[in-house]
Amino acid sequence: MKVRGRRPVALIVVALLALGAVVWAAWPSPPPVRAIDQMIPVVDGPADDQRVTLDTTFFPPAGGGKAPAVLLAHGFGGSKQSVRDQAERLAQAGYAVLTWSARGFGASTGQIALNSPDYEVKDVKQLIDWVARRPEVLLDAAGDPRLGVAGGSYGGAITLMAAAYDGRIDAIVPQITWYDLADALFPGASGEGPEKGVFKRMWAGLFFSRAVDSPLAPGAGAQGLLAGSSGPGSAGSSGQSSGGRNATGSTGPVAGAQEVQCGRFLPAICQMYQQVAETGRATPAAVETLRRSSPISVPGKIRVPALLIQGEYDSLFPLAHADANAKAIAATGAPVEVAWFAGGHDGGDGEPDWVADRTIGWFDHWLKKDGGSLGDAFTVTRDGGRDPGTRRPVLVHAGTGSYPGLSGTARTSVPLAGPDQQVASPPGGSPASISTVPGMGSLLSGLGGGGLAIDMPGQAAAFESAPLSAPLEVTGTPVVDVRVHGEGEVTLFAKLYDVGGQLPALPQGLVAPFRVTATQAGTTVSVTLPAIDHRFDAGHRLRLVLSTTDMGYASPAAPAVHRVGLASPALTVPTDPSLRAAGPGLSWWTWALPLAAVVVAAALLLLGRARRADVPDPELAEVPLRITGLTKRYRDGELAVDGLSFQVDKGRVLGLLGPNGAGKTTTMRMMMGLIHPDAGEIRIFGHRVTPGAPVLSRLGSFVEGPGFLPHLSGRENLELYWRATGRPKGDAHLEEALEIAGLGAALERAVRTYSQGMRQRLAIAQAMLGLPDLLVLDEPTNGLDPPQIAEMRRVLIRYAAAGRTVIVSSHMLAEVEQTCDHVVVMHRGRLVTTGPVSDLLVGAAPSNGSKGRLEDVFLDLIGDKA
Amino acid sequence: MTSGLSTGAAYAPGRTLPLRVEIVRQLKRRRTLVMFGLLLALPWILVVAFSLGPAPAQQNSLRLSDLATQGGLNFAAFTLSVSASLLLVVAVALFCGDTVASEASWSSLRYLLAAPVPRDRLLRQKLVVALGFSATAVIVLPLMALLAGTVTFGWNDVRLPGTGEVIGASAVLPRFGIVIGYALVSQLVVAALAFLLSVSTDSPLGAVGGAVGLVIVSNILQAVEALGVVREFLPTFWSTAWLDALVPELDWSGMTKGAALSVTYASILIAVAFRRFRRKDVVS
Repeated sequence: MKVRGRRPVALIVVALLALGAVVWAAWPSPPPVRAIDQMIPVVDGPADDQRVTLDTTFFPPAGGGKAPAVLLAHGFGGSKQSVRDQAERLAQAGYAVLTWSARGFGASTGQIALNSPDYEVKDVKQLIDWVARRPEVLLDAAGDPRLGVAGGSYGGAITLMAAAYDGRIDAIVPQITWYDLADALFPGASGEGPEKGVFKRMWAGLFFSRAVDSPLAPGAGAQGLLAGSSGPGSAGSSGQSSGGRNATGSTGPVAGAQEVQCGRFLPAICQMYQQVAETGRATPAAVETLRRSSPISVPGKIRVPALLIQGEYDSLFPLAHADANAKAIAATGAPVEVAWFAGGHDGGDGEPDWVADRTIGWFDHWLKKDGGSLGDAFTVTRDGGRDPGTRRPVLVHAGTGSYPGLSGTARTSVPLAGPDQQVASPPGGSPASISTVPGMGSLLSGLGGGGLAIDMPGQAAAFESAPLSAPLEVTGTPVVDVRVHGEGEVTLFAKLYDVGGQLPALPQGLVAPFRVTATQAGTTVSVTLPAIDHRFDAGHRLRLVLSTTDMGYASPAAPAVHRVGLASPALTVPTDPSLRAAGPGLSWWTWALPLAAVVVAAALLLLGRARRADVPDPELAEVPLRITGLTKRYRDGELAVDGLSFQVDKGRVLGLLGPNGAGKTTTMRMMMGLIHPDAGEIRIFGHRVTPGAPVLSRLGSFVEGPGFLPHLSGRENLELYWRATGRPKGDAHLEEALEIAGLGAALERAVRTYSQGMRQRLAIAQAMLGLPDLLVLDEPTNGLDPPQIAEMRRVLIRYAAAGRTVIVSSHMLAEVEQTCDHVVVMHRGRLVTTGPVSDLLVGAAPSNGSKGRLEDVFLDLIGDKA
Repeated sequence: MTSGLSTGAAYAPGRTLPLRVEIVRQLKRRRTLVMFGLLLALPWILVVAFSLGPAPAQQNSLRLSDLATQGGLNFAAFTLSVSASLLLVVAVALFCGDTVASEASWSSLRYLLAAPVPRDRLLRQKLVVALGFSATAVIVLPLMALLAGTVTFGWNDVRLPGTGEVIGASAVLPRFGIVIGYALVSQLVVAALAFLLSVSTDSPLGAVGGAVGLVIVSNILQAVEALGVVREFLPTFWSTAWLDALVPELDWSGMTKGAALSVTYASILIAVAFRRFRRKDVVS
């Protein structure tokens, strides 16, 4: 019965495990992606006369068949290898993907022209021609593939430029890239254009030095810098781009002056850079050159659905560039989505999975036209606090249905206070304040978002707000009017700190440089601070700092002192209250699991419930005990009790005899309903014994030693035991039982202090509580001294004389002989004999005439059977 | 079932092992008293520790531990946060894991069953009392911490960890109720696990230690990020989700998941416990 009962549970568990294993094994694994390397010759240049070979890799769609194509461009300093992971992901999603090393990078030949329409754009057109000839690619028309282009940074710019010059492109996902390269390198927060901008010298230097092959560190160090964290794998896998260049052999063993200075740049671009870097000022010609490589030069020409992903941690191409691109593309009527993610050239999480999902979603909608839903028109990655489970920082994506631009959907005015302050421009521009160190962003951004901004004493003026009474979530560009007193042209750097944490934090390490022509009377200038998405917590202050230096920028070498103050004592900050992070939502399992569990629990409790109606046998109502065919098999298969049958009549003192292991105790346990018989049954006063059967209340038992709560006294134990039976206190006959125990004053002591014999007597007293009609005692005289044994004998005989029944098991034969009138002899689980003691003794009377002893009988009996 | 003729006079299964009896049986145990004593003393020990140690250098720090001395509510939140992961687990495992196994080890279980207390009823009564003790432990600790913190640090408004926002004490009191409520629900899985082990073994130490051990294993597995989303279904994964009740915008998501998971595990484990016990051969 027991074994049968457990089997369903085990079966269910096994079935679930097997199901899990099958699902695990059979779960569709993504189809493998093939990669075909190919050198593709192209012709470009202003006169279409320059032959260049591009190193490409083509990934046919993983599912086979015809599929839309995606061109995937790499970042500056990278190669086609940098985007391999992304490419495989897209191919797995069912796109034909072409990656290539742009001219001047990796194993491609040619020189870098900064995504010029004469060079790189023409290359891409010919790549599209090539793609259109692939049999795997779905065509909109002959020679016009269904095509998306994506890429980060340098690759993002070619994405935009190609979309402007080639009408065959159907959707684009440019990431962390520029709108106006001139503005990116010569930003000016007063809005007067790159000619009056401040040279972003560290980034510019890194940018242009990346094109020089280094014999020292191929593929090491700042390799991933300009590739940015624009998507999966871009940071780590840019690999051997420099080495690939050496393999082409165009660089001799000893590089010439032009080589070491300009690397793989077009000489014209190299000269332009040298000129502006030396003076720190953008010439009109330089601006013209840089803008030819920028979407700003192609207004109204990018007319395809664009998902613009820009990094919040990006001091090279800040969020404002994506804003400008978005506005330009949206002006043509093309659908635009903007996402600010936790990445960029300064580091951040990078969110590769999220960027990949968004990109694939965008292409699925516009290329596969699968009718899938798009994301929010504007998404911002925010600090989502901590994961409720892991307690680790998590990112959430707050979205809203329309892109608000940088001035937000609402504006809040935050009063700032602070007197006019003198600030000094140090001679030589050193020491300089630090906001972001290009290339180190990923190291510093670990310091809690604010980075390690340092202002040099004497060089910075600060204006502070009162502590905020409520949190302020700024999304966009705060604006402030400042007044600068002094002489001549002044370069200043505006930053907005969040003060209130452990250290003042500069959100994303961003700074807004501007030039102003100062006058003694004071020149008022409206400063647009960097675009940020930042939450200023309640109790924090906003601090505007105007500094004369910044390490990342060129600042004037001549020493000077200026006076700066607020033109109006308020900072206008943009907000967008409609930006809401979609709650993770309640997973289906939060309600399904508990419900299922309750059902399973109910099934566990109700199924297989052995509910056999107890039909009392009226004929046995006066028979204290009848055992029929009782069998119990131990777990190891040995029979403990084997077909045992006997009956005990009222008023008897029955001895249950047998050597150790005969099954006496097992039988008694079955009488108490503690263990389930495998076959047969026990009836007490006609009622079948089952676990907890009510008839057990007529049974008093003492089996295999006493069981008391050691921390309670003997009296408490008996009292609580009786109360646990739920029967009236008066039925207990407690005093009679205690008298039998004979413990005296020890009754009030904790049971743990008792000797073995005391516990034994207390346990027998407990068995007699309520004067049960059937008393079952297992080795009751163990541990008792001879007088107590004699007393016990009298008690038992007296007990039975009152019409009750006593069953005593023992192997002390003399004891049984003196106490019992009947015996049941068991051996190896079987009944050997049963009958009155006197009959047994008579039957065994030896021929020599002396009186038979039970011991002889016993030994004889089990000897026979042994 | 009861008939005076054929069964023991006035025996009624529904009256066996009354809760009061079981409470007395358990309450007088030394380990029960020690555990409650420890839970009641812990807040005062912490108070002494805080007042002995130097004031935190970073007044601006927004960690829960640095905010503990801000006031009674902050102190209580801190006390709960340091004790929920182990001390309360041990307390709950003790009350629920010990209850049946110790009876088995004392051999008193067989006499209760032969009294007879029906098996389902015995388990039910023991489970109710054990859960009651566990709930008392979970409730008594933060309440005593609230008392100790208020006496020592005053009844101040709450400074929330992380953001440093200040919320009125009266507004946070209901949140505190949520915290305690969630702590109760999330300990349910420990209780159920300990109870199942208690039914399955004769060794009280094995049951309590087994439950605590499995909680520790679950905590360790939780640190293995490679498990990914599977970790969300570990019984202890959401055990600190009550912190979300102490953020400016009450976030129910973690607590809902934690409660759902806890109830799921608990109901199945308890059902298995009943099923096992019903069919078990009591040989101890």
